[in-house]
Amino acid sequence: MISNSDGAPRTLLDKIWDAHQVVAETEATPAILYIDLHLVHEVTSPQAFSELRARGLKVRRPECIVATIDHSTPTLPPGPDGKRPYANAETASQVSQLETNTREFGISFYGWNSPHRGIEHVIGPELGATQPGMTIVSGDSHTSTHGAFGALAFGIGTTEVGHVLATQCLLQRKPKSLAITVNGKLNPGVTAKDLILHIIGEIGIHGGTGHVIEYRGSAIEALTMEERMTVCNMSIEAGARAGLVAADETTFAWLEGRPRAPQGADWGKAVARFRQFKSDPGAKFDAEVVIDAAEVPRSVTYGTHPGMVIALGARVPAATNAQEQRALDYMKLEAGKPLIGTPIDVVFIGSCTNGRLSDLRAAASVLRGRKIAANVRMLVVAGSERVKREAQAEGLDRIFLAAGAEWREPGCSMCLGMNGDIGKPGQLIVSTSNRNFEGRQGPGVRTVLASPLVAAASAVAGTIADPAKYLSEVA
Amino acid sequence: MKPLTHIHSRTVVIPFENVDTDRIIPARFLTTTERTGLGKALFQDWRYRPDGRPDPDFVLNKPEAKGCEILVAGRNFGCGSSREHAAWALTGDGIRAVFSSQIADIFRANALKNGLLAVVLNEDEHAWLLQHPGVELDVDIAEQTIALPDGKKFTFSLEPFAKHCLLAGVDQLGFLLQHEAQIAAFEKAREIA
Repeated sequence: MISNSDGAPRTLLDKIWDAHQVVAETEATPAILYIDLHLVHEVTSPQAFSELRARGLKVRRPECIVATIDHSTPTLPPGPDGKRPYANAETASQVSQLETNTREFGISFYGWNSPHRGIEHVIGPELGATQPGMTIVSGDSHTSTHGAFGALAFGIGTTEVGHVLATQCLLQRKPKSLAITVNGKLNPGVTAKDLILHIIGEIGIHGGTGHVIEYRGSAIEALTMEERMTVCNMSIEAGARAGLVAADETTFAWLEGRPRAPQGADWGKAVARFRQFKSDPGAKFDAEVVIDAAEVPRSVTYGTHPGMVIALGARVPAATNAQEQRALDYMKLEAGKPLIGTPIDVVFIGSCTNGRLSDLRAAASVLRGRKIAANVRMLVVAGSERVKREAQAEGLDRIFLAAGAEWREPGCSMCLGMNGDIGKPGQLIVSTSNRNFEGRQGPGVRTVLASPLVAAASAVAGTIADPAKYLSEVA
Repeated sequence: MKPLTHIHSRTVVIPFENVDTDRIIPARFLTTTERTGLGKALFQDWRYRPDGRPDPDFVLNKPEAKGCEILVAGRNFGCGSSREHAAWALTGDGIRAVFSSQIADIFRANALKNGLLAVVLNEDEHAWLLQHPGVELDVDIAEQTIALPDGKKFTFSLEPFAKHCLLAGVDQLGFLLQHEAQIAAFEKAREIA
């Protein structure tokens, strides 16, 4: 399957691509690329199912789909009447349409009653549905998350969701490859979130456009699976449709025994196959970037896109053009002043970037025995039902509640704010999510992207804060 | 999809870089289960003031923007979310072409599948268009040219299959379905392997 016809070393991208070409690309036509796993959610799928119905088509491989509800779902529990507090009738209708669509087309649905429900990019890996060497798509740009497992995973639009439902295939031109090698070791207290923010700041918000990034090097190999997911998740924030980390022992140990992973004797065979999906020594990339892990600081955004990144302890840089000045004006930040100490209004811990158990543990490590500042509202939203259960089993929910935070039901929540979880105009949110665009978290809302440690420390301080002192002091 | 061969229109210019798809259509308008009716939400938070009244200073609210089908946008247009609603909002408001010096991958793919000509120009020609809002252009998709009023022509690159689909109104799902035999053979070969 992944034999090498001309003997030239191949990248991980080459190998996955070659193994999934139903029809190779020509000058006139893109490749027909086979898709192994399709994640479906309520917001970007209704029109695709309507298209299938209008044409009298079936879903070709219902067993290759994981469907769940996450984007528009309320994060407050049902009221005394048993009704879920949807933001409006339309979002409720999106959920009920996905229930109907999955039932009619014979697709497994991880809905309100499922113990596996959650953000699609959290539950795919949890279920073991995400596996090395796969092609994975979803009508969501953060599908790049699954690249942490050595799978080629990218976001698509709704028309393409329909293509995959009907044919299990996509028409695609092969992207270029970009190797980002992170050598050395990250400093203590510098997290995967800091690393990916730093990378986006280095290569820029469009530095990865047209490319698939492969993250490599000793600092990447040392990351846990959850940390690799955080890194791959934000590949799209540098314009890259996908990020990849080659599977290794860390990956196999994480996947083994999960419900949709190969079981028993099949597991050993699967691992042997997974091992082939890594770049050959000497494989050529279209572009390469090298980063020294020791140089990566705790990083946050200060502007209105994820490429406007500075070290947490740095001063706000002067605008170099009108565009950057607009961003500073929107953020109400002044060049030359330190970001630390800027008053904040809201803290959001959650999302497909930082809504996993290790992220909640990190936030709890700062909040244990402390209170959030009186003027701050804090939402903690687990990435999935499973993350929520595991966090509660460890007592993390009690730490958050005792600190004065809200402990919400799993979902995308304030990351994109389409379920009603938004800030008020002018508020500053320190958010562990992935986008700080103008208005992303509500009209007029200002967003600073940060790691769970920095977000939790900022909640306690009531201003943007360095977590170092909270981690060293015993509360 | 209806065939698209020519566009003749004046331009509107949004010079800002990195216009993201949240900006094109905020998430609160993604609650629809239809493809139509999204034009009214286009650039919502630029187009309307917090009290709901149109902002007369926003370029698309100016009288001269009426009927314009070509949007010239700053570098890296359409970055961020994969929401196809961004393309639907633009076409729903009558936009048929977006010219920039860089366009985000997913947005471009979505746009071209909806008869929206989202293409990249070279830096100089893009800069000229940014500096000349309202210029009347004649776009020939077969020739991949943009004719200026003085007869001068700019060119743009366009992926050959996307071009074919635009010109002939090809239904890409129909094209994929024609490859059923190859898809089935691929699946069978994998089962054996």
